Amino acid sequence: MVEIRFHGRGGQGTVVASKILADAINKEGKFVQAYPEFGVERRGAPVYAFIRIDETPIFDKSRIYSPDHIVVLDPTLIEAIDVTEGLKEKGWIIVNTDKKPEELAFPTKYRVATIDATHIALKHQLGTRATPIVNTAIVGAVVKVLDLARLESVIQAVKEGVPLKPEENAAAAKEAYESVVFHS
Amino acid sequence: MRKVLMGNHALSYGAMLSRVQVVAAYPITPQTQVVELLSEMCAEKILDAQFIKVESEHSAMAACLGASLAGARTFTATSAQGLALMHELLHWASGGRLPVVLGNINRAMAPGWSIWTDQNDSLSQRDTGWMQFYCGSNQEVLDSVIQAFKVAEKLHIPAMIILDAFSLSHTYEIVDVPDQEKVDKFLPPFQPKFRLTPDEPHAFGGLTSPEHYFELRYKLQKDMEKAPALIEETGQEFEELFGRKLGLVDPYKCDDAEIILVTSGTTGYTARVAVDHFREKGLKVGNLRIRVLRPFPFEKVQSILSHAKKVAVIDRNISYGHHGIFYQEVKSALYGNSSVPVFGYITGLGGRDITLNTFQKIIEETQRNETPPERISWIGVKK
Amino acid sequence: MKKQQPTKKIIFHSEKEMPLAPYSLGSMLHNRTGAWRNIRPEINLENCIQCGICWKFCPDVAIYIENEYPVVDYTYCKGCGLCAEECPVKCITMVEEEK
Repeated sequence: MVEIRFHGRGGQGTVVASKILADAINKEGKFVQAYPEFGVERRGAPVYAFIRIDETPIFDKSRIYSPDHIVVLDPTLIEAIDVTEGLKEKGWIIVNTDKKPEELAFPTKYRVATIDATHIALKHQLGTRATPIVNTAIVGAVVKVLDLARLESVIQAVKEGVPLKPEENAAAAKEAYESVVFHS
Repeated sequence: MRKVLMGNHALSYGAMLSRVQVVAAYPITPQTQVVELLSEMCAEKILDAQFIKVESEHSAMAACLGASLAGARTFTATSAQGLALMHELLHWASGGRLPVVLGNINRAMAPGWSIWTDQNDSLSQRDTGWMQFYCGSNQEVLDSVIQAFKVAEKLHIPAMIILDAFSLSHTYEIVDVPDQEKVDKFLPPFQPKFRLTPDEPHAFGGLTSPEHYFELRYKLQKDMEKAPALIEETGQEFEELFGRKLGLVDPYKCDDAEIILVTSGTTGYTARVAVDHFREKGLKVGNLRIRVLRPFPFEKVQSILSHAKKVAVIDRNISYGHHGIFYQEVKSALYGNSSVPVFGYITGLGGRDITLNTFQKIIEETQRNETPPERISWIGVKK
Repeated sequence: MKKQQPTKKIIFHSEKEMPLAPYSLGSMLHNRTGAWRNIRPEINLENCIQCGICWKFCPDVAIYIENEYPVVDYTYCKGCGLCAEECPVKCITMVEEEK
């Protein structure tokens, strides 16, 4: 079983990112469970989404406290909250940033991957400079780093899962899949 | 087709595949996405149904009564305070023998205002004469709606499909959405035994004297007593067509178990993980998830639990001044039938998470004591 | 609407004979209230425009429609005069009962 926690801000499409990832996993024939933070959401406030992935049906309905990996959609959250809370050793931290992994000051027990999802989103005209929509690019990067699904499953899930601009979103996911920086 | 669906939408899909003809609902909090999706399905003509938007849950159930009495297959959904506001008309539905199906998201009752899960909202409606199905997964939610219509319409008794807030309602899981053609084969159109029509005028729900009232209630109970066998039979028929089994209860590794947990809702699924965990350590634990609370599955509960050395009932609800409600139900079913000690645990009220750690405390306490050390054992209260 | 045959008080000897629901259980057909009447409505069918208003308004459901014209059921009519009051062409007159 793999457990992942997403960190974003209200309005960034964090929950949609987890749903699209779940759709891609489903296309691989694996089992998946995804849920948002149980509560109310507010635009701009830190939000969470969670996902469990397994080869067999998932019976555990409790919340995830010790994720295997985390995904950070907004790098300013790293200063605002403890994004690594409960993160298991050797866990991946996948961050949307223009920096390289070695430029981020995370403890060495974690592995770090970076993707400039904001740049990719704007290049594909997703959102505005004030509020770029980075979630589909993030999904592409996550799938690549964690080897969760084939690229075509992701592209199909993105096209089916976004309310607008399916082609642009799919292109962003693909570009992120191909350009995410990590050293395994 | 395998789809990733949240529990709310599993309810909507269940209603759509059942070809409901009328949906009446109040669209604002504590409503969830159940009827939002159904209204979209109606607007896009995916579902050929009348969507009636009303000004309260009381009116929603009133509209359902009218539609059902006219012979339409009728569905609504609500939650917590909304279900409480329906209370009077829940009696009208069962007393009027109208097979409405209602989806209820189990949310804790205010105050304090809560959108998180516990079972006191639906359990407060336990004695209204509705069947109650407590679901453990989104697949079960969808399948239960279809099966509930079949049972409800045969017996002319309404049914409530109940799912935990957030841990099912807003959680995405993989759900096999069956083909419409197959569902049609399983669930033919509603053929009411009586209906209101101008072609043959009748009065409904008029003053009923002591001459008649008693027998009407006797008949409701007698038909409710037919429900357990019919629910099992309908579950088997469903399994033959769709390959998924649902019955009154869902026992897991109970056959040789020394301690059997009694659970409901999603707690009953997490319990399986706990059972496996303790079995690996050599402790013979089992889990009996009660899926149907009304009608109460006396025979199943008695036959499964009387083999155990100890029974631990986990309640995410409380009857103030008494105990957990599932605890009362299980104990009364076992009375005179088995002398197995029954431990009662209350946990998870207002959406407090129920984790492997919760089960660990419950199982250890049950194992440590010969009989319950206290009348109620609270798990997870910050003392 | 069809005329209902006056019946005796509804008595069931067994629950098996009863309907599932409180469905036409509260019938007042056994209460033959017509004898109480002091004035009776008489309908002049020549002027009747078949609007059905008397049928709709009768509080005792004592007017039924036969061959598209209203007929008063004097077994139940209490002589309240509402039909005569509401008739738009005034073809219903209230006449003293001879007792």
